[in-house]
Amino acid sequence: MQQIINFIIRNKNFLLFLLLFSISILFTIQSHSYHKSKFINSANFLTGSIYNSANNISIYLNLRSQNKLLFEENKRLKSLLYNLESSIKTNHSDSLNVPYYFSNAQVIKNNYSAPDNVLLINKGTNDSIKQDFGVITTEGIVGIINEISGNYATVISILNTTSSISAQLKKTNHIGSLTWNAKDPAFVQLTDIPKIAPVVIGDTIITSGRSSIFPKNIPIGTIAYFNLDAAENYYEINVKLFNDMTNLEHVYIIENINKPEITNLLNE
Amino acid sequence: MNNLLSVNSIRFIVLVLIQVLIFNHINFMGYINPYPYILFIALFPVKSNRAIIILSSFLLGLIIDMFLDSGGIHAAACVFIAYVRPIILKFSFGTMYEHHNIKFGAVDFGSKITYITLLVILHHIILFSLEIFSLPKVILVLQKTLFSSIFTILLSIIITIIFSRKSK
Repeated sequence: MQQIINFIIRNKNFLLFLLLFSISILFTIQSHSYHKSKFINSANFLTGSIYNSANNISIYLNLRSQNKLLFEENKRLKSLLYNLESSIKTNHSDSLNVPYYFSNAQVIKNNYSAPDNVLLINKGTNDSIKQDFGVITTEGIVGIINEISGNYATVISILNTTSSISAQLKKTNHIGSLTWNAKDPAFVQLTDIPKIAPVVIGDTIITSGRSSIFPKNIPIGTIAYFNLDAAENYYEINVKLFNDMTNLEHVYIIENINKPEITNLLNE
Repeated sequence: MNNLLSVNSIRFIVLVLIQVLIFNHINFMGYINPYPYILFIALFPVKSNRAIIILSSFLLGLIIDMFLDSGGIHAAACVFIAYVRPIILKFSFGTMYEHHNIKFGAVDFGSKITYITLLVILHHIILFSLEIFSLPKVILVLQKTLFSSIFTILLSIIITIIFSRKSK
């Protein structure tokens, strides 16, 4: 017993180092799987409020470009509104039947240089945001909500090697999964598209709506170039994103109201 | 002693804030960011207890990780360099370290560069191997380590020169 205590006292620094090092490795491994980074994430009061106040200052630096984006979207929505006005008037009885609910948020921390990028937005449980809600901009998709606190939430960006989102070709219904190879923030990779699919450079890629996170038909990007994988059965497609992931400010959060029902059905 | 504590706490807070608010958004050539926050570990008083420096380095890394949503990679790298710091001190300062009278403001410039370079390279190798976490991408790890190290070393030396008190 005496010897064990002596050993601990003699090597206390090494043991302390070993303990803390293994704790850090544990946190690192946990952060590679969804919904496991419970303690070490930026959606807490301290980091959230610091990023929020820093963002309040830096928001002025890109007001012009953000205004232009919102203006473009207003224009698009206005044209949709006036074109649809007549048809809405005739059947406004089923207006409560919309399956998707949208809310807006601001990105207060954006990151795109690491292999696993995580964003922070200024909405949380107080605004009825929950895990696995989709996040999009006016131009394309951004990611999926991961950890949430009262006023903040982290978003697993599509520029994250652990993220995988179901996507398809706009022309046909061939479905693949969208991943990122951690190289260029302007390009993501679409894999598992079968060889038989008619893939052409410049075609549009949209969300498939199969994951019950994103609705169908949200634009993602266009095909930049493609090649067959090692087994020559599937295409590996490089997709040029529509939205500029390095310049994000206003985003929309999508809640699928039917999601609990769908997941229940799938689990049975 | 009280003065030492307050200087180190202020250095801790300032370095964390500068790191997460400025240096992490540089993204030079797409992905190169400097990490000069490890100056806290480099400039930690030599005479102090080893357990204290290991613990405070862990805390430093963990707070950086919390801000950057990076799991525990910074904590791991910081704990490691805090543990091996005495060996690097001995290597770069030689006999001066054995007499425990290093004043970072008054040491030879060459050995200071050796000291910071060794710490930074060790830190970055561990940081990026854990961040990328895959064996086939060893080249990418080395590439990121090299570029970020150059950036960090330059910045760290500039910061130490600017903020060193004139010793007369």
